[in-house]
Order: sequence, then structure tokens, then C-alpha cells
Amino acid sequence: MSSVIASDVGEHHPGPQTQERGQRAVFCGLTSIIWLHRRIQDAFFLVVGSRTCAHLIQSAAGVMIFAEPRFATAILGERDLAGMADCHEELDRVVSELIARRSGINRLFLVGSCPSEVIKLDLETAAAKLQVKHENRVRISAFSGSGIETTFTQGEDQCLKSTVAELPALGASEENLIVLGTVSDIVEDQFRRLFDDLDIKNVHFYPGRKAGDLPAVGKGTRVIAAQPFVGETARALIERGAELISAPFPLGAEGSKAWFEAVAEAYGVDSERTQQVLEMPYQRAKRAVSVHCSKLEGKRIHFLPDSQLEIPMARFLSEECGLSVNEIGTPFHDQLLMRGELARLPQDVPMVEGQDLDPALSRVRAARPDLTVCGMGIANALESEGLRTKWSIELVFSPVQGFDQAGDLAGLFAKPLAREEILEVGSWS
Amino acid sequence: MELTLWTYEGPPHVGAIRIAASMRDVHLMLHSPQGDTYADLLFTMIEREGQRPPVTYTTFQARDLGSSTAEMVVNSLCECAERFKPQVLMVADSCTAELIQDQPGALALGADLPVPVIPLEMAAYTRKENWGAAETFYQLVRGLLSRQAPPPGTERPPRDANTTPSVNLLGPTKLGFRCRDDVIEIERLLRSMGVDVNVVAPLGASPQDLQAIPKADANINLCPEVSDLTCSWLARTFGMPTINTIPMGWGATRDFITEVSAVLDFDINVDAVGESRLPWYSRSIDSTYLTGKRVFVFADGSHAIAAARVARDEMGFEVVGLGTYSRERARDVRAAAKEYGLEALITDNYLEVEAKVQELQPEMVLGTQMERHIAKRLGIPCAVISTPAHVQDYPARYSPQMGFEGANVLFDTWVHPLIMGLEEHLLHMFRDDFEFNDSVGPSHLGGEGEGARAQGSPDDSQPDDGAVVWAFEAEKELKKIPFFVRGKARRNTERYAFEHGLTTIEVDTLYDAKAHFSN
Repeated sequence: MSSVIASDVGEHHPGPQTQERGQRAVFCGLTSIIWLHRRIQDAFFLVVGSRTCAHLIQSAAGVMIFAEPRFATAILGERDLAGMADCHEELDRVVSELIARRSGINRLFLVGSCPSEVIKLDLETAAAKLQVKHENRVRISAFSGSGIETTFTQGEDQCLKSTVAELPALGASEENLIVLGTVSDIVEDQFRRLFDDLDIKNVHFYPGRKAGDLPAVGKGTRVIAAQPFVGETARALIERGAELISAPFPLGAEGSKAWFEAVAEAYGVDSERTQQVLEMPYQRAKRAVSVHCSKLEGKRIHFLPDSQLEIPMARFLSEECGLSVNEIGTPFHDQLLMRGELARLPQDVPMVEGQDLDPALSRVRAARPDLTVCGMGIANALESEGLRTKWSIELVFSPVQGFDQAGDLAGLFAKPLAREEILEVGSWS
Repeated sequence: MELTLWTYEGPPHVGAIRIAASMRDVHLMLHSPQGDTYADLLFTMIEREGQRPPVTYTTFQARDLGSSTAEMVVNSLCECAERFKPQVLMVADSCTAELIQDQPGALALGADLPVPVIPLEMAAYTRKENWGAAETFYQLVRGLLSRQAPPPGTERPPRDANTTPSVNLLGPTKLGFRCRDDVIEIERLLRSMGVDVNVVAPLGASPQDLQAIPKADANINLCPEVSDLTCSWLARTFGMPTINTIPMGWGATRDFITEVSAVLDFDINVDAVGESRLPWYSRSIDSTYLTGKRVFVFADGSHAIAAARVARDEMGFEVVGLGTYSRERARDVRAAAKEYGLEALITDNYLEVEAKVQELQPEMVLGTQMERHIAKRLGIPCAVISTPAHVQDYPARYSPQMGFEGANVLFDTWVHPLIMGLEEHLLHMFRDDFEFNDSVGPSHLGGEGEGARAQGSPDDSQPDDGAVVWAFEAEKELKKIPFFVRGKARRNTERYAFEHGLTTIEVDTLYDAKAHFSN
């Protein structure tokens, strides 16, 4: 078997593609901690960084968490940088303090940041040393969420990749399926029911709800991505013998159907049975999406690069909601994971990888699309110029995958447009 | 290395961005890695600004390190100058850029740019946001004004008595607490005193405006966290006197009026300038229930000090705790705390503040959004009086904290989360009422208010050490004590039981302890 089960669709986007370099308005990978610490309930994320790192996470999270968070920052001070304090000893002290404080934590991630990377603080070695000290208490490892290496959602990819080596080996005659990338609890439950109906057994969601929920991996492992930002983890799993199932992402009725079909096909499920299982949720999803279509049809949408979800979202909106896509900006273009998406995109959509903020904003202003998907820092600035926006972080924070969320997903895009129709106050144009 | 969960202040370069965002016709080029652009959302989301702050970030990545980061700086500088045509271009490093030592300030000065450049040193690993704002404002003012400075030792000529006296309002910024409205209120107050406002800065000022600063007769140090440094430089260099009273609360506003007239050397009848409803509202009988309410105050230095005075002298509360997260203002807050017979809590560790609130069991917390979270967890009413603040603390309505209208706002805001006078009595008398009980909080807040009691919050549960056991009847009796003193009653009773070698707390133990501690 080849390592990738290619779908029957083409692999390259036929439209114009450009790369941009310049000022980027994206979060760094540390932002992933905001959802990772909620998904993995017994994990703690300790960023080794600066006050900026701590401030970023709490600002991006909107300080919406009343309970004591399962993340913190070990802020490097002048003494650490000047070599007056031994960083490893300091980290040892901080970690001991933390472990004493949080008895329910089974897994500790040391998370590298821009400053820790630049001063070449070796957190992997530090984690290994700390592991010896806390051997029977907590599992400790490290990954980087630094802005110099990762953007926004890539933090999750780095986190998951760092745990691939720990995955137990799958027995030679065994088979399992890994669903890769954080999905909300409700989506996981829905997907499990459908996999049961398709008689697909031994399904693991990765990351799981507990840090110890680590799937085994080996020749009999199939992997399907639920999120478009887990490419490096997918590659690491392929290296350990897994096969990647190529499919569109489970966004929208069509995306979800194609995603489940790809898995069913890889498992050799009888196609009539697959259709039987998927038909009802598929029709329900179509109905739910259609509710919002009157608001969305014929509208023009523009994606600024942010969450990596831009390509599948553009596909969903053009394929199912009748929007025309003006431009797809994406932080980076992962050819491996986007394989299932590209052929479904409209042929002539310009795709821009990377960013140069001011020229990119100039293009938005010139095109005046009906809706712009962008980061939180930019949204109000565009709104004040009379442009409707949808902030992309909401797409990462809400349950949007699967049949029964397809309507909600369409609704997220319809809402700003509906709001414009409702409001009789001030002026938006 | 310092373990931090939530942080009260951002890094110093966020302070620099606040100055840039407050002003017109300036631009900041920030040498920073990808991701630091999150700072934009502080302004566009929290303060609902309709534009990005005037900042260009270099957003370098790992691939740029070691080869092209300095080149990125120069390119960004040229693009900033070309695209935005600012009157002044400020240049700074964020924390990571400081480590790679490209020295963007020096690069900017050597790049032959068509705009004046002000380089900033942000000391990311020792300093914080307010320091960064103060330093940026100071460098900007000094950079623009030092050429105008008279020779050292020059006496400032006395004010011409025939001209209208004028002052500068220094310190208000974006992301400051109610700065927008405080400026309007204080300008109005000064106008009614017959004093002109020469320059307001940084908020709304251009570099050109800053150059007019020395024309005024005095500077009002309105937000010392930001303007202290600049005011003292202007005092040293231009002999401009500084007016330091923060006009927050009725008494402080009157003191401010007195100080302004003393510094500008003109007579004024304080009673004629304006009036607030606070004194009467506070004396009206409905306010009796405010008497002696135990209040914990934690904020930036100036808001903490001002709030404590209002709380005790104007609301009739008892200040049981006073502190600040800003170490730069620690000395002043310590001195103020002494006046209340307290030792100031100086910390930027959220957990220490939480522990202190839990220990003190105040009936109300006046703090930042962090204390709002603490108070919510502990079921204590809370009003936000200082940054850091969240989006709801940037209200649409006119809501100053300073001046006479500010005093009205303080009265309303602080009373709002509390249970009103007679309601408090009724709750106390009929505790078992199935609809009206203290677990639903103040009736006018519909169970949604700050005082709404979280079920099973920490101070309301059995101690986990298990040393002392509450008898069922005693536990039931404890629930009849109003929630805002219940935590304290529980602690005191447990302490009493412990000190008297009791293992079980009966109803009588509860009342024995009450009698014991009321002495």
C-alpha cells in the first residue's frame, strides 16, 4: 500500500497562486493552547517565554476563563538571559511548584516560545531531565509554539507531533483509525455513532479527552485529518507506518459526506451500506445549510490568512452556499492535507500563501467583498470601513465539523449579513 | 523565571503601542516576531477602535534569523515612512527582537529616512506595560522639545496676570481606564474655573501639538503611571510646575481645584466651581446600609489610592485591604495604606491577591478585571475601578471617574452590585424563603450580578483538612448567616473550635464563637 490513499480527484489548484512575504497579522502557535488545554483535561501547558507570551494567551482568550487555567507562563527574566540563573534549575523549581499546586495534572507540556527558541533553551532535554525527577507522578515533554516557527493553529500540530513517538506500537494483525486534530466533545460523540453504524471499529480521536488516551500506531493504522493544520503530525504518523486517508475536511454536508465516504471506502465498507448510513444525516445537513443560503447566495467572500481553515471554508461556501470567492489567503499551503480540497474549489480563485498585510488590506478595500474572514485584530478596522467580517478564531473555537454542525457553520457566515439587514442604526456603508 | 497565570500588565512594548495608538500622525515600527500582532486586538476588540493602531510589525520568522532580520527592519522603516507619512516615526524592539540585537533604533537613524525618528529602548525583561508607556511618552516629548529648552537654571518668568491661565492635561491614553471621559470632565471643570487647556497628550495629540506644551503655565499629572516621568522632566527643563492631585471623588476634586488655583496663583471659591450629588446621596438614609461595609481595594497605584479615600471618607465603607500591581507606585500605596492602618499588598501575582481576598472575606471588592474574576468565584460583589479592564469596562455612555460627575459615577457604580438596604434586612430575617434568598443575589441584578452566589464556592464548603466537623444543625444555622459574612463566620467558628480543642461544631459553638469574636 502506498502511504497516502489518494482520492480520485486532482491534487493541484488550477487557479492563480502567489506567495507573499511581509508583515503578517496572525497569532503565534501558543494560541492553540487556548483550546488544547480544554480538550485534554488532565494536561497542563507551561509556556517558557516572556510577559508577551502570557499577555498574548490571555488577550486572545479574552480572559474568559474563571477557573484557574490549565496553562501558565514561566516568564524569563534578565537573570535567566544573562546566564546568572541556570535556566534548567529555574525550570525545575517552577515545575515542582506547579506540580505541587495542581494535583490533577497527569501531563505537562513545556511549550517553547520565541525568546526561548532564540536563546536556544533546549526544552526537550529539560523535559527529559524533569521526567526523571517526576517519573511516577506526571508525564513531561516539550514542543514549540513560538511565532518564529509556528502560526496560530500550527501550535496544535507541534503539540501532537511531540507525542507521536510515545504512541504504543499497534499489533501486527490489528487495525485502527486515528481521527487527527481537536474536535469538540459533541462532534466526537456524533462521529463515533456514525463510525459504529459503518461498523468501523477501534476509532481514536487524537488528541483525546485525557492525556493518556494515546492511540497505538503501526501498519494497520489509518489516519484521517479532522483539521487542516495537523500536517506534520500526519507525516510523523505515516513514518510510523500509518496510511493517510485523503479527503475533503468534514465541513458542510458535502464535506462531511465525502470525509465519511473516504473512510468507509478505505475500510472496504459496501458503498450501498455507506449511503444508507450517511443519507439521513446528509439530508438533514443539507436542510440545515439551506436555511442560511438565502442570506449567502451570490455574496462575495474574501479570506485573509489566519487559521488554516481558509481553503476548506472557501470550498464549503462556494460548493454549498453559492458564495463566490474573491481571494483565499492562507498562512501556508500544506499540499498533503489539502489534496482532497483543491479540485472542489472554483477554478479561477486566486490563492495567496503567506501575507503582506497592508497590500492585502488594500486588495480587500478595492474589492469590497460582502464578507471578509480575518483575524480579530483586523475585523473592527474593516467593519468601520463598511465591510462585513467574520473573525476566523470563532471557526476554530466552535463545533463546526460534521453533518449536524453544517447548519451552524453556514450560520456563522450568515449572521454578520443578517445583522446588516436588521440594524436600522448608523451606517455601514 | 517567574510563574505567571494571568498578568496585570502587558510587556513594555504594549505601552509604546498605547502611546502610538493614542496620538495622531505618529507611527511605530516594532521589530517583533510573527504573533506579536495580537496587540492590535487590545485596541480593536477591547476598546472597539475602528482602526488598527498605527504600528508596523516586522514579524520575522525562524528562516529570517541570522541573515535578513536587519534588512527587514530597514525595509519596514522605508515602507512605513512612505505609506503612512507620519510626523514622527518611533522605533522599538519587542522582547524577542531585543535578544537578536539588530538595534533597529540605530538602523533607523542611519537609514536617512524622510521623517524624524525617535528610537525607544523597551527593557522587555525587567519592565512592564505602564513603564513602557511612560518611557515612550517621555522620549517622544523630550525628543521633540529638548531643542526648545532654555539654558539650565533659567528662571521661568511669572505668569502675566492679564492672561488666562492655562494647563496641559498629561497622561490619558488609549486602553487607560475611562480616559476618554475623564479628559472631557476635567476640561469642563477647568473651563468653569476659567483655566484654558493648552494641550491634552498623548490622547488625541499630534507631535506638532506636543511642541506647544511649554506654552502652558503648568502640567496636570492626570495619569501618573504614564505622565510622571514627563511631568518631572518638564518641571526640571522648563520650570513648569506639576499639579499632582488626582481629581477622583468629591473631596479630591475639591483638593484639585484648590491645587490648580494655588499653582496658577489665582483666587477661586471652590463651592462655585461645581457640585456632585455624591455627598447628599451618601448622607441620605438609604445609604446607611453602606456603613462599615468591608471593602478590598486593588488597582493601579493612582486608582487604588483614590478609591480607598472615596470608599472610606465618602461612602462610609471600611477599607480592609489596599494594594497595587504596579511596583513603580508601591511607595505611594504603602504610605496610603498606613493611613488606613493596613499593610499594602504589592504584588502582580493574581494568586496572592486571590488568597488575600479569601482571607479577608470583604463584602465588596474594588479592583481590576482580575479581581472581578476572583470576586465572582468567591461570590463577592465587585466593581471594576482600574485597568486591566475588559470590553464591558469601556462603556458607550459618558462615564468618567474624575471630577464631580465622576464622583456621581463612582457612587452609582459601587452601590449597584450591593444588595440594597431593606432588601438586606428582609433576606436576613427570612432566610428560608424559597424564592428570595441570598443564593440568587441582589434582586435588581436578576441573579446575574457580581454578587450572585456561585453554588458550592470555596468559602462555603467544608474544610478539606477534616480536623473540625460541622454538626448538621450547626451547618444549617451557618446558612442563615448572610452570605457576605458567612465565610468569615465559618472561619472564626472553626478557629474557635480549634483553639478550644473541639472536634465537632454544634449550634452553640457557632454562637459561642460569635460572642467570642465580637469582643
